[in-house]
Amino acid sequence: MSAMPRVVAINTFREAVRDRVLYNLVVFALLMIGAAILVGQISIGIERLVIVNLGLSAISIFGLVMAVFIGVGLVYKEIEKRTLYTLFSKPIRRWEFLVGKYAGLVLTLVINTVLMTIGLAAALLYIGRSFARADVSILIAVYFILLSLALVTAIALFFSCFSSPLLSTLFTLGIYVTGIFAADIRGFGALTSSAFLKGATSVVYYLVPNFRNFNSIAAAAHGESIPFSLVWQNTAYALIYIVLLLIASSAVFSRRNLK
Amino acid sequence: MPAIEILGLTKDYAVGFWRKRMRRSLDNLSLEVNEGEIFGFLGPNGAGKTTCMKLLMGLIFPTAGTARILGRPIDDVAMHRDIGYLPEQPYFYDYLTARELLDYYARFSGFSAAERRARVTRVLERVGLASAADVQLRKFSKGMLQRAGIAQAIIHDPRIVFLDEPMSGLDPIGRREVRDIILDLKTQGRTVFFSTHILSDAEMLCDRVAVLHLGKLRGVGSPGKIVSVEVHAMEILFEPAEGHSLPPGLAQRAMPVGGRYRLELPEAALYSAFDEIRACNARILSVSPVRQTLEDYFLGLVERAPQATPPVEAGTR
Repeated sequence: MSAMPRVVAINTFREAVRDRVLYNLVVFALLMIGAAILVGQISIGIERLVIVNLGLSAISIFGLVMAVFIGVGLVYKEIEKRTLYTLFSKPIRRWEFLVGKYAGLVLTLVINTVLMTIGLAAALLYIGRSFARADVSILIAVYFILLSLALVTAIALFFSCFSSPLLSTLFTLGIYVTGIFAADIRGFGALTSSAFLKGATSVVYYLVPNFRNFNSIAAAAHGESIPFSLVWQNTAYALIYIVLLLIASSAVFSRRNLK
Repeated sequence: MPAIEILGLTKDYAVGFWRKRMRRSLDNLSLEVNEGEIFGFLGPNGAGKTTCMKLLMGLIFPTAGTARILGRPIDDVAMHRDIGYLPEQPYFYDYLTARELLDYYARFSGFSAAERRARVTRVLERVGLASAADVQLRKFSKGMLQRAGIAQAIIHDPRIVFLDEPMSGLDPIGRREVRDIILDLKTQGRTVFFSTHILSDAEMLCDRVAVLHLGKLRGVGSPGKIVSVEVHAMEILFEPAEGHSLPPGLAQRAMPVGGRYRLELPEAALYSAFDEIRACNARILSVSPVRQTLEDYFLGLVERAPQATPPVEAGTR
């Protein structure tokens, strides 16, 4: 990363830390400790399944809440608080600022997710499991969660460039939920006889990122292997959307008058 | 080459919620500021001073016109290495300390860590924030934030410093310190472009001033040229002798000021007034000419302007 976005990214990460965003880790740790103790007592041979399912779901939900609620304020807050006035008097371009803000939040999410994953691993060790080769699928599932969070952050950042946090939250969550059900929506369109509905559902399917692609929690919980081809496919899929969203954000924000 | 060259800069804002109308905030402003001068940008609230500053900083975009800073267009971000800007009522990341904030801004100029440390310490000292260097900005008073704002504007030794109402929120000592900083910048050959509505500051500091009202430029020149240098009255300050009262004629014309009297009169009547004062054993403390001040000029301009200027509505979208 070039110097300007890096400076902004580090400051964005520092803001998240000082605003005690990482305190969610305490809640996650308590959840994992509670689950491990409970599973140990009602052991019926599905400890791994329960812990992995619970752990990965929590990582995903905690991350989603962070990505959406911090993401929608990334730019909006800086405009409202007028901190951009002094910043843009420095030799930094608007797109560099956006990339820096985005990278800063993604860095926060990565560190948060890594620490939660360590918590999940500790819970698995507590219930008396040693790690096996099949556990690589847990790491891949975590990686997919991170990709989806990076994508959600890019969507939130895009809306943050021109909309209020409340509307941005609604739009971002709307796209996320639509993305989860994208395949179902197209399936529904295929069942109707209306050409318009068929076309509209197809447009939604191709336009909105398909978030179900990133969900490998069930496979990881059952110890199934995840094909490596899916790793690079999902990576490329997320990157294309992220780059397009950052370009769109930059195009909108570069023309915006700061009140 | 002028330090700042403004050519027909115009800015319209859309106002209203449903039926948007355009309101002109800055109207065809053309101005040149020379390198090394302290230039005051004067005008009442809503005159368009802040709009002009924001246009020059690239925070908003002009409806018409253009500007150049150090010969480079205002959308040239690289030019920002040579300028510093203090916005009106500055806001900062309040989770940072003053030291961290300045270090953050200094990073954009590409200084090494050692260079940043030295500069931050020096600038904090200069704006009187050395003792609060490691306090989070959320605990700062308005005056301290203003000082932090000035510090970030000069941390990279810019050639031009733009200050939007730099004295705002400062106590008399703080105002004096800011005046010293501005004069110090001039000594170093820097250009200072500052907006203010505190006219005494402008009179004291500026090589030249521009007066803006309702978005239009009303006058440019040195403070002495803008106001009339003609003496239009004389002022005598005198103190009556103990136990003596003033004769009724003099007491009627003079204004009591804390046990003394102030008498304003035409120059031609000065010597007869001396005789009257001497006759009642009063002591003359001072005799001074009364000239038009920048404040008189300014107030006259604002009072005249609503009748003299057409509405600033620029049309409907």
